[in-house]
Amino acid sequence: MRKFWIFVAALLFAASAWANDVGQIKVAKGAVQLERDGKRVAAAVGMPVRASDVLVTGADGSAGITFSDNSLVSVGPGSVFAIDKYRFDSTTHAGEFEGSLRKGKLVAVSGKMVKQSPESMKIRTPSSVMAVRGTEFVVQVDEPATTAAKR
Amino acid sequence: MRVATALLLLAVAACADAPRAPPPINPELIAVIPSADGHVGAVMVRSGGGEQLLDRAYLARRLMADGSIDATPISPAEVTLAFAAALEALPGRPASFTLYFLEGKDELTSVSRVEMEKVFAELKRRPAPDIVVIGHTDTVGNLSFNDRLSLARAERMRELMIELGIPAGRIQAAGRGKRELLVPTEDNTAEPRNRRVEISVR
Repeated sequence: MRKFWIFVAALLFAASAWANDVGQIKVAKGAVQLERDGKRVAAAVGMPVRASDVLVTGADGSAGITFSDNSLVSVGPGSVFAIDKYRFDSTTHAGEFEGSLRKGKLVAVSGKMVKQSPESMKIRTPSSVMAVRGTEFVVQVDEPATTAAKR
Repeated sequence: MRVATALLLLAVAACADAPRAPPPINPELIAVIPSADGHVGAVMVRSGGGEQLLDRAYLARRLMADGSIDATPISPAEVTLAFAAALEALPGRPASFTLYFLEGKDELTSVSRVEMEKVFAELKRRPAPDIVVIGHTDTVGNLSFNDRLSLARAERMRELMIELGIPAGRIQAAGRGKRELLVPTEDNTAEPRNRRVEISVR
């Protein structure tokens, strides 16, 4: 009987945890960290992500996230990607997804949200805003110092 | 760190007499690529007071270090080269599969038994799959019989996935009875296409 209640408690916990989760890390190679509430933890496959999390990859790192609306985002080495806002209603498919690539490389595939209402997904870089109307795109942000040094 | 600060101060000192340098620019590249199914969407890019609609494959917009915009399309080879690691880290695309059952049973048809091997191989290939299995029936029999049958079909598939080594916690199974027919029919109609499970994975 006790086991049963532990099981119920675990289920409730899982359900409540899921409520805030907006996606899951599906791929993590090399050094990948997730920054939440000012703390950085090593990111692992299967780890849930939430709005306001920041994904950070090292020089050998890359990672991929599947979001609740089936949109996909992956980053290459030396990248910083912040999930600024994420909201998705699985019944109406209405929602809002705002992310920013501060540096590095990103590949994104839009999901059900954008199919339902174009431009509901926005990706920012230090100088641009991308309003997504569909499917796949790539974004790269270089550091200014590196470019200046190369000149 | 101290060395960096000293260098920075030196750099600032060196610039003091020169005309004021504009704030540093992060060079950027944004490009649309064809999706796995060949479909090409569009991205509206707004930057530097201008905007550009990227609505064909490999259309690109670059912000250069000097602040200028270059709208030359990118080559597929350059995308592959520059984004190799990120492209490889893209998670498996969400997919769904349908398998069919024998009348009144939780046993697959012989065709679907073969198909199941392929579907399960695909599920197994994914590192952290989230799987939802929904069972359905045709309209032969009453509501409660079909509710039980549809759940049995979904549970049967779930058990097989667990036997295959997929963690039980990653698979949800539910039955919808005869409530969601694939092919609409009258009540009490045998319809093979309605006797099915829908498996979605992401």
